[in-house]
Amino acid sequence: MLEDLFSMVKVRFNADQTEDNRKKTDIPKGLLFKCPRCRSVTLSDEFNKRGKVCPNCNYHSRLSAKERLDITVDRGTFREFDRNMVSKNPIGFPDYEQKQIALREKTGLKDAVVTGRAKIYSKDTVIIVMDSNFMMASMGSVVGEKITRAFEYATRNKLPVIAFTASGGARMQEGIVSLMQMAKTSGAVARHSQAGQLYIAVMTDPTTGGVTASFASLGDIIIAEPKVLIGFAGRRVIEGTIKQKLPDDFQSAEFMLENGFVDMIVDRNRMKRVLSHILRMHNYTGEVQSK
Amino acid sequence: MSELTASQRLDIIRHKGRPTVNDYIPMLFDRFMEMHGDRLFGDDGAIMGGIAYFKGTPVTVIAQVKGRDLAENQRCNFGMPHPEGYRKALRLAKQAEKFHRPVICLVDTAGAFCGVDAEKRGQGEAIARNLMEFMTLKTPIISVVLGEGGSGGALALAVCDELAMLENALYSVISPRGFASILWKDAAREREACDLMKITAPDLYKLGVCDYIIPEAPGGAHNDPQATANNISSYISKALERKLKKGLDELINERYNKFRIVGEFEESTTI
Repeated sequence: MLEDLFSMVKVRFNADQTEDNRKKTDIPKGLLFKCPRCRSVTLSDEFNKRGKVCPNCNYHSRLSAKERLDITVDRGTFREFDRNMVSKNPIGFPDYEQKQIALREKTGLKDAVVTGRAKIYSKDTVIIVMDSNFMMASMGSVVGEKITRAFEYATRNKLPVIAFTASGGARMQEGIVSLMQMAKTSGAVARHSQAGQLYIAVMTDPTTGGVTASFASLGDIIIAEPKVLIGFAGRRVIEGTIKQKLPDDFQSAEFMLENGFVDMIVDRNRMKRVLSHILRMHNYTGEVQSK
Repeated sequence: MSELTASQRLDIIRHKGRPTVNDYIPMLFDRFMEMHGDRLFGDDGAIMGGIAYFKGTPVTVIAQVKGRDLAENQRCNFGMPHPEGYRKALRLAKQAEKFHRPVICLVDTAGAFCGVDAEKRGQGEAIARNLMEFMTLKTPIISVVLGEGGSGGALALAVCDELAMLENALYSVISPRGFASILWKDAAREREACDLMKITAPDLYKLGVCDYIIPEAPGGAHNDPQATANNISSYISKALERKLKKGLDELINERYNKFRIVGEFEESTTI
């Protein structure tokens, strides 16, 4: 039994290695999707057709911010905030500027979060979408500032906030400045909450570290996508501390639901509808809310 | 004040005679009464809280406990709190708000504990809740980093009106060890990481995170705990004086802005 458990974990950890092997066997990259949760392999076409959801285990894979917005907001309604904000290098971290320039080129993003205002089935909302393609959506100055401004805008304009969270945690290349973004964003959530406005957090793959330990966990309603990774500490760090391997479903959305930290798990193809129902129930009529 | 590197300071704060909150609390406060438990799950030995007099004023004290020997370390889990520790801290902070007592937080942790039970009980949620609630707590909060200020686990007691650091204290987004193991896949290079990370009190003063640096006894607090405690005490006196004369709205606005302004970015109009 225990050995089974170990071998399961081992397979999970060898995922990277298997990927290398795949390259060696000359299967064109991008033709297949290998699920990090159940490790089954699917044709990419099939996987993409299902909205990047594993057909075998229903793991909801990562989306870019653009893909997320496309399936979430009413077409043509998105107005982006602060789209040209870029980070400086607060602690003079070696090669940080170059790394960012390269990533901007590669991803078309300026940093790891897109914020703005949009409609969902005609209802106005502020929307925050993190994009793990940019430094694993770690939170530094830009992520912290844009999220804070989005909440402040929503507070001023009496709007709800919907945040699709995904992050490896605080951005260590920005040192203590990134840690402070946790306090800053949580403060902005506090003011939005005290103003009586609704905040829905949607945890997507992976929501971890300093983002879990700040605004992601502070939603009035917390939704998660199926099978995604949600946690505070990294799995390897915990395994190092306890000198034991952890079960496969540790820190999954389902684990968080069972332990009481997520309100519900919602499939991607129902997400827009569920968000719209929640907005409606909180009396967001599409116009500025009347007192 | 001494001009030591971060890794030299790391040696000082790891000195086995480095005073802990168990040393400082009797030197800083009168009639400290410890209060236990988060009323939800249990009591965490890594965070000690209670009420006491500070120079005649009732205050709430919330402190991260490091052990001075193995027995103490077993009780306080080497200073690494579980969620119930943060929830106890929040309970006591809300109580302080109710009775209009200032809150004094003493920060000294390598970080929030990383373990299975901590995850099950919502380590992330517990820290997040503290950040949000401390940000709007209607009473002054003064935080002092005594030794290690490790990441979110330290920040959960450091959302405050003023943050001071002991001269040799370090405060960082991730432990130097963790930093080295992520960056170079080699935890043994922690000293090198330490010197790269900008985590000393003078560094953080420049970055606008640390408001005051409290001098230690020459060579480090272990050389004269009482003298160091006196310095902490006179800092707390002045900080309370500054904060107690402010109206609550002003206090809370300033606290919000203290964190609001941290961040280094630019907005190009040409892109």
